[in-house]
Amino acid sequence: MPTEFAFPDAAAKNAAGEFETEKMSLSMGPSHPSTHGVLRVQLELDGETVISADPVVGYLHRGDEKIAENMTYNQFVPYTDRLDYLAPLANNMAYAIAVERLAKLELPPRCQAIRVITAELARISSHLMGLGAYAIDVGAWSVFLYTFGEREKLYRLFEELTGARFTTSYTRIGGVTRDVPPGWTERVTGFCDQFLPILEESMKLLTRNKIFLDRTMGIGVISKADAIAYGLTGPNLRGSGVPLDLRKDKPYSGYEQYEFDVPVGSTGDCYDRYLVRGEEMRQSVRILKQAVAKFPEGPWHVVDARKIFGPRKEKILTSMEELIQNFMLVTEGPQMPAGEVYFEAENPKGALGFYVVSKGGGVPWRLKIRSPSFCNLSILPKVCVGAMVSDVVSILGSLDFVMGECDR
Amino acid sequence: MFADAIAALKARFPQAADRASLDHPAVNVPAADVPAVLEYLRDRAEFDFLADVTAIDWSEKVSPRFTVVYHLFSTASHEYVRIAADCPDDAAPAVPSVTRLWPGANWHERETFDMFGINFAGHPDLRRILMWDGYPHFPLRKEFPLAGIETTLPDPDVVAATHAKVKPAPMVGGPFVATSGELNLSDSEPRAKDESWNERGEKPE
Repeated sequence: MPTEFAFPDAAAKNAAGEFETEKMSLSMGPSHPSTHGVLRVQLELDGETVISADPVVGYLHRGDEKIAENMTYNQFVPYTDRLDYLAPLANNMAYAIAVERLAKLELPPRCQAIRVITAELARISSHLMGLGAYAIDVGAWSVFLYTFGEREKLYRLFEELTGARFTTSYTRIGGVTRDVPPGWTERVTGFCDQFLPILEESMKLLTRNKIFLDRTMGIGVISKADAIAYGLTGPNLRGSGVPLDLRKDKPYSGYEQYEFDVPVGSTGDCYDRYLVRGEEMRQSVRILKQAVAKFPEGPWHVVDARKIFGPRKEKILTSMEELIQNFMLVTEGPQMPAGEVYFEAENPKGALGFYVVSKGGGVPWRLKIRSPSFCNLSILPKVCVGAMVSDVVSILGSLDFVMGECDR
Repeated sequence: MFADAIAALKARFPQAADRASLDHPAVNVPAADVPAVLEYLRDRAEFDFLADVTAIDWSEKVSPRFTVVYHLFSTASHEYVRIAADCPDDAAPAVPSVTRLWPGANWHERETFDMFGINFAGHPDLRRILMWDGYPHFPLRKEFPLAGIETTLPDPDVVAATHAKVKPAPMVGGPFVATSGELNLSDSEPRAKDESWNERGEKPE
């Protein structure tokens, strides 16, 4: 039985002589365009001002950590594609390095260089998506068209290298699935050369755009201390002025050989995070050019690790021993020693960590994924308070999270 | 400096013991000492960044069954350290919360509670985070099957309040599930299909 609606007494005032207002509770998401996936933010509003924000995550929880405990190390590689699905190549690499640390494998320089190139291409691809989608969130449509055009070129490179545009599954424990095709590195250079002017052009649409500045400057300010206390990583941490980049500070996969700068913000607002991402793409291009210029020859996977990396296909078909070796690898998985490792890689979204606990054998006992999007989102209740509802859209876009990675 | 920090930690907390590790220095501490040890590392040894909190279930047959693991990172020396604490009670595992030291621990501890049922004493808001409120199981415990356990969805109290009519997706035999043997793929995929050819009939010329 619906009750009849009555307007509140408009003239009612409280003891202090102010008009009585009502708090409103608003559920933003889980299918709101600005929440970039299935995030729900439970907002408590006083008029247009946010009193409290409670992010509700988990809509995309697939139990990746449980799944990992039930399959061999190589079988889990496709699941890493689906964490941060905007940069699968970077996830593949982070996972592979974590497991290789367990086996104390040293990878040949060519394999490391291939992984650096793919990770940097993935970073550009992820930041382009973040940039284009952010521009749409704050009302600028056309940037998206430029950045998606560029991503399409990257996808062509990915497809040529891995056979897939999106879910690449490129790494294996101890190497990669295949060597780079002939001429591929030249095409990477070609992409870089034509990419920089287009990046400048698309960022020019925003960097001095009055509407964009009004929507981002001074909005969602995160202080240095808060950024560290909440465990923010990646561009969100650097946007707050903390010059922490694991590629520089804890180098892996040969990042120490490349020259690049770590951009940091000065105020920690949405605009700074946008600028940091833009600059990171330019730095990625620098790394790519160096990596292609000194692209080493040699093996592209570990040699002398017969229980970890599989033999070549032509050997499997012709030699009994390699056939047995391949059979054992596929059925039992790469054989790892007992022990535990924790490895974090600087992914486009932040530090993606894998904590692997092994009891020996081909299946992890426990695999914990420390996802940067999850940690970056945890600051939302703090940073949204006092903002307007339209600022929440701006803040969410500037944090650049992916729910596939947040919920795992 | 960095090796000193671990030695100083062990001098300050004699109950801390070395933990086997393949990469970063690792220390076992009693569960009750976790906040004190982490506070010491944060304030005296520059481990100011809480990278991760998680737990390990060593299976029902082992006691102590649950170990809570913390990874700290130093933004000054760029080193990691691993602190592990065994939960003393296997039936009702608990450790003190460190949300007082790092607000970022809030979500990590909620997730660990959600997945393992470990209680973080002193946590301001220990709700489930990835699973929904009222979910009855702890999925990352070893006795929880990979295929999952069917549960009613949503909660009875949510249904009472909202009159929601939600039918949970079937765990097996659903429209998108390809089972081996009985059903072939084009039968189990409900998408519009070209009936003129499939794996049983040749494609017409």
